[in-house]
Amino acid sequence: MSEREKILGRIREALKVGAPHPHSHTHAHPSPTSPPSTPRKWLPKVGETYDEQLALFAKNAAELKADFQLFNSAAEARQGIAALRDKEKWQQVAGHSGDLTNAICPALNLPLLRTDKPYDVHALEACDAGISECDALIAQTGTVLVTNRSAGGRALSVLPPHHVVLARRDQLVADLPAAFALLQQRYATNYPSMISFITGPSRTGDIERILVLGAHGPKKLTIICF
Amino acid sequence: MSFVSQFKAQARVMAGDLRHRKIIRTALRNYEIVRDVRKASFQDWQGARQLAAETKWQAVNHLDQHLEQFTAKLESRGTKVHWASNAAQAREIVLKIVKDKKAKSVIKSKAMTSEEIHLNDALEHAGLNVVESDLGELIVQLRKEAPYHIVFPSMHLTRDEISELFQRELGSAATNDPEELTMIARRALRKKYLTADIGITGANFAIAETGMISITENEGNARLTAALPKTMISLIGIEKVLPRMEDLALFLPMLATMGTGQQLTCYNTLYSGPRQPGETDGPEEWHVVLLDNHRTELLADAEQRDALHCIRCGACLNVCPIFRNVGGHTYATTYSGPIGSVITPHLRGLQDWKHLSSASSLCGACTETCPVKIDLHHHLLQNRRNAAKQQPSFAEKTSFKLFAFAANRPALWNFGKKMARIFQPLQGLVKGTPVDPAKAWTQTRDLPQLAPESFKDWWRNRK
Repeated sequence: MSEREKILGRIREALKVGAPHPHSHTHAHPSPTSPPSTPRKWLPKVGETYDEQLALFAKNAAELKADFQLFNSAAEARQGIAALRDKEKWQQVAGHSGDLTNAICPALNLPLLRTDKPYDVHALEACDAGISECDALIAQTGTVLVTNRSAGGRALSVLPPHHVVLARRDQLVADLPAAFALLQQRYATNYPSMISFITGPSRTGDIERILVLGAHGPKKLTIICF
Repeated sequence: MSFVSQFKAQARVMAGDLRHRKIIRTALRNYEIVRDVRKASFQDWQGARQLAAETKWQAVNHLDQHLEQFTAKLESRGTKVHWASNAAQAREIVLKIVKDKKAKSVIKSKAMTSEEIHLNDALEHAGLNVVESDLGELIVQLRKEAPYHIVFPSMHLTRDEISELFQRELGSAATNDPEELTMIARRALRKKYLTADIGITGANFAIAETGMISITENEGNARLTAALPKTMISLIGIEKVLPRMEDLALFLPMLATMGTGQQLTCYNTLYSGPRQPGETDGPEEWHVVLLDNHRTELLADAEQRDALHCIRCGACLNVCPIFRNVGGHTYATTYSGPIGSVITPHLRGLQDWKHLSSASSLCGACTETCPVKIDLHHHLLQNRRNAAKQQPSFAEKTSFKLFAFAANRPALWNFGKKMARIFQPLQGLVKGTPVDPAKAWTQTRDLPQLAPESFKDWWRNRK
């Protein structure tokens, strides 16, 4: 008998005796796949309107020490990223091909290391910034949702010291349940092998519980939304 | 020395160590504030706990079906799944992969399962260079210590101690700035990520429906560990399952709230396979090792089965008066604090570890704080009961027999009371000394003074 069969056998034997259900009023035995009651009514509140949600995202981003820049057009966003290049003195940047990156990145006038094609990881490590698109911005938590399919692979959003996210205004979703619904709707037949909820720049509190940004991932996170 | 005498000796030292207590108090003060702010931001925290408890109940009480679904999905996308009944098997599986790959170096992101099976020792014995990438884990690895706390591995150390350690082990310059110290670790580990042959991770959740693991972290070290090395190994306890992906909409913010007082931890990442066709990075091979290691024995105890609901947030450690006074290392277990005291007797043997269930004030703070509503303090009582039933103590049994004998004989009982009144003053002479049979109790406690006259005598003699 394989270890798999042995372990599953022990589990089935153990489960012959039922454990008390945490809901003291019912003794029903829900099936392993019965849908959960939605957590939305318990989770932190999110405003009803788009403007409230956008304001909440901006507030959360500020608390997380992420830099949220809101523009009215692609042209403004191009100026915004060029200003960022000058301020941060970027020499080399990495990115991937996509509607937003193709529209914005040429404004940088810098050579772009593409990570959606085979690339050299040492070259990526030497880049000053990684520029990616995303799947959604989540108002409830100030989170950027990326996948390796939408954001140029697994390393682009975490290896360079500065992660720049490009997002359209209509990519804002209200809360975490909405973000998971979006993932299901977009990818359920074939999920990307990595899906990441990025909430602020990399951080640690492992030394005396004091917050330090840029532990191993990016020290800076800029979200350019237009 | 037995585990119990070691625990008692260490607890005595630590409880009197005012410096240690101050460090822990300081480290947890800010956590308590932000945790409460986050809890209050939920529309209904108790409703969220209830839903979390019910979801985990569903997951664990259909564990076989969920594991079959989880592994079938993983395998369909090219992931290699291994099953390990115990620690030795899990180590063998990992060592075999490492040998097959002719690997020289391993980078690890934080995994308590790896501490549980003492994986680092095994890998180092096999001649590999093993580096922990989580900052706190790196610090305790360099100190050759076990993690002090399941979420904050190095919370018992001051910045000066860490600076000295880095100077000695990494050859860095002296500094007591936490940011500088973090950057020293960042620089030291960058090269390791780029050159490591194998990346080893744990997992916080295993999603049955979609065949994904979810890893929660703040530093980005797990993201890098799962992106750069050619081979990735994830070591996961079988109880980590959640039925559906959308369950994470509840569990991720709850874990962040109780673990670190954050709204959401910085990176929550789902992995569903090795590099897929058309993808440009990520490991070529991904091995998932499912670890039983006595978890099925805990599962068989229906009364305490909910201990498998644990999401390892560490909240019960943070509120526990015992943990805060004796410290994480005193437990000498992988999992410390209330949850460790509950599960260690199941994982390592009841008689050897029953003392942890007695090291409790039964205040119930752990049960009250647990986000998945594990009935922790009652499980401590159940462990005590089970231990006494399995191996009754001769002294305890004899004294209760003597008590019952006397209490059933009024004449003897009254005679005993009279004698006790006469001899109580003499108790002061032996109290707490080696000749006192009740030394363990009396050395730190006073026996109440018996009244000069019993109630019965007073009633009889009243005018």
